[in-house]
Amino acid sequence: MRVLILGVGNVLLSDEGLGVRLVERLPSVCALPSTVEVLDGGTSGMEMLEQLEDLDALILVDAIRSGRRPGTPIRLAGDEVPTFFATKLSPHQIGMSDVLATLELLGRSPKSTVIIGLEPRSLALGTTLSREIEAAMPKLLDLVIAELIRLGVDVSRHPQAVR
Amino acid sequence: MSQRVTIDPVTRIEGHLRVDVQVDGGKVSKAWASGQMWRGVENILVGRDPRDAWAITQRICGVCTTVHAIASVRAVENALQLEIPVNAQYIRNMIILAHAVHDHIVHFYHLSALDWVDVTSALQADPAKAASIAESLSNWPGNNKAEFARVKERLAGFVGTGQLGIFTNGYWGHPAMKLPPEVNLIAVAHYLQALEVQRHANKVVSILGSKTPHIQNVAVGGVANALATDSQSVLTVERLLAVRNWIDQLADFVKHVYLVDVAVVGGFYPEWTAIGRGIVDYLAVPDIPLDGMNTSFALPGGHIAGGDPASFKEIRTHNDAYFRDGVAESVKHSWYEGGKGPLHPYKGETRPQYTDFQEGGKYSWLKSPTFYEKPMQVGPLPRVLAMVAAGHQPTIDYATQALDLVSSVAKTKVGLEALHSTIGRHAARAVACAVEVDELGRQWDLLLASMARGDLRTFNKPQFPKGEVSGVGIHEAPRGVLSHWIVIDNGKIRNYQCVVPTTWNAAPRNERDEPGAYEACLAGTPVAIPDQPLEVLRTVHSFDPCLACAVHVVDRQARAAVRVSAV
Repeated sequence: MRVLILGVGNVLLSDEGLGVRLVERLPSVCALPSTVEVLDGGTSGMEMLEQLEDLDALILVDAIRSGRRPGTPIRLAGDEVPTFFATKLSPHQIGMSDVLATLELLGRSPKSTVIIGLEPRSLALGTTLSREIEAAMPKLLDLVIAELIRLGVDVSRHPQAVR
Repeated sequence: MSQRVTIDPVTRIEGHLRVDVQVDGGKVSKAWASGQMWRGVENILVGRDPRDAWAITQRICGVCTTVHAIASVRAVENALQLEIPVNAQYIRNMIILAHAVHDHIVHFYHLSALDWVDVTSALQADPAKAASIAESLSNWPGNNKAEFARVKERLAGFVGTGQLGIFTNGYWGHPAMKLPPEVNLIAVAHYLQALEVQRHANKVVSILGSKTPHIQNVAVGGVANALATDSQSVLTVERLLAVRNWIDQLADFVKHVYLVDVAVVGGFYPEWTAIGRGIVDYLAVPDIPLDGMNTSFALPGGHIAGGDPASFKEIRTHNDAYFRDGVAESVKHSWYEGGKGPLHPYKGETRPQYTDFQEGGKYSWLKSPTFYEKPMQVGPLPRVLAMVAAGHQPTIDYATQALDLVSSVAKTKVGLEALHSTIGRHAARAVACAVEVDELGRQWDLLLASMARGDLRTFNKPQFPKGEVSGVGIHEAPRGVLSHWIVIDNGKIRNYQCVVPTTWNAAPRNERDEPGAYEACLAGTPVAIPDQPLEVLRTVHSFDPCLACAVHVVDRQARAAVRVSAV
């Protein structure tokens, strides 16, 4: 079982970087087994190809624009994943959809893919998250941990972790 | 009727180039190339320590990062007339060459082949026939019936899901697509194999450069790689042997697949040897220095006037006044304050003055560089022509091999003059890549031989004098001539200018209103269907446009990539 939690986004555009902020914080919140890799994908595209090959499960964490209230947690799975890439919901879809399409052509796609994120409030220049998104980050962490548990991963939260 | 076609953005992955063409009677009559980003890195550097400039300038881009690190340390070393250890040159040279090989493979297969290859047509191909064609051209082990059948099957499944992904922007079934289904299938199979192989080049860069993108190992005065034969924590022979293995695999692919594919595609598009000629004043600089002062080189460079190899004038060293004194930049048509005429880069200014797109006025964030007052074309084509003119035997041999194969596919004699064209730029890039991958192996040999002699030096400490010194860092980057110009005053940067390859090629009109290379090369390009301007993209893509370093980001609005209007 190989699971990758991939946070993508541009940390210079405030809430755009929420996926990266999530993977930065995850290790301080819980202990993960060696079968789970946590990766800051930043704004990369094809450079990530090798790390995405032959995964059992990919959990992609990103800002998702869907017209909902800022901070709303969103989980896309199954048929919703291709739709995510077909419509312009995230600015990285070019890089990421290229990588996923290429994996499919190579016959090395993840066995399952889910996309987890929050509706962003601000995409303005800035290295910190907006107040609404900062407040919603614990919910995002819960969603990612719930996803790992759904996959049968043994996750243990650090008792001292502040929620 | 005249039609105006605006393509924005032009590039398949890296964005921010806008091209406007006026189409009359099915052909481009006028063109405008516009950089849609403001760069401004020069202004960030003023007042800083010159030893930090390389780390900052390579952030110009997330793709071609190493080239700016290299040009920047060379500029400071040139200003100080600082000699660096030859081992540092070999390590830098290997990074330069591995990056170039990566860039060329990815450009052809992943960023521009889809202009010529119709992916959906590959679904009609007979894998057995494809295998017999491919096996007749090359002994590459990836050319076989089973492999082609597998690729066809996966492609069918992929297209069947309606998720074309990376292929979405292709113009499938366009009348300008001419390859037979089997050749399309071979190209798609090699597209996928190239994805595997290109990583080897990135690994070479990351082992030697500690990280990629954005290498961490260069320093003014050499490199920060500690060489040793008896320690595990440095660049050991064991790691160098791993590097050698990747180099050999790259060489195999470049010579048996890439060079062959480009020649075959070229042979099916002979009409494209007569399109996209444009500016045939060429500029290339010598690179891959073999001594610590940049006075002798593995790969020569120089200037060719009017496309005539007999006019070749060699640029001999990186101190050559012929290059240093010939470069100037105009901002008459660029979004900067001007009025002083073209300025030498040491005196260059970067003060923005945005006016919106004004066809007869200012219309680009790119400046317009000239060499002795003339616009130039730079890139692999000028590089190959200069190396041939200088009598560089490996270049002559690979160029001959490629052109012979083009001739046999096209069933007509195709010579060196065919390279002054859109398809010629692709062929030249493949020839350059073959030369570069061989040279990569040779630089590895030189480093190992030097280490075997007991020389493990990689760094000479720079000393900054009181008062003012200036220098230029010259580099023949994958896309062509790159120069960084620095003025240092009492150890701090007083002025810094980057004149990058895409600034030369995608330049707006200059002080005398003459078009830049993209603009000139587009004139006469046929356009069959104005709202599917595949032919325009072919010519622009043939330069491998990269706008991040030519200019920086403003526009994030989603909009249609092609706009057509009557004029």
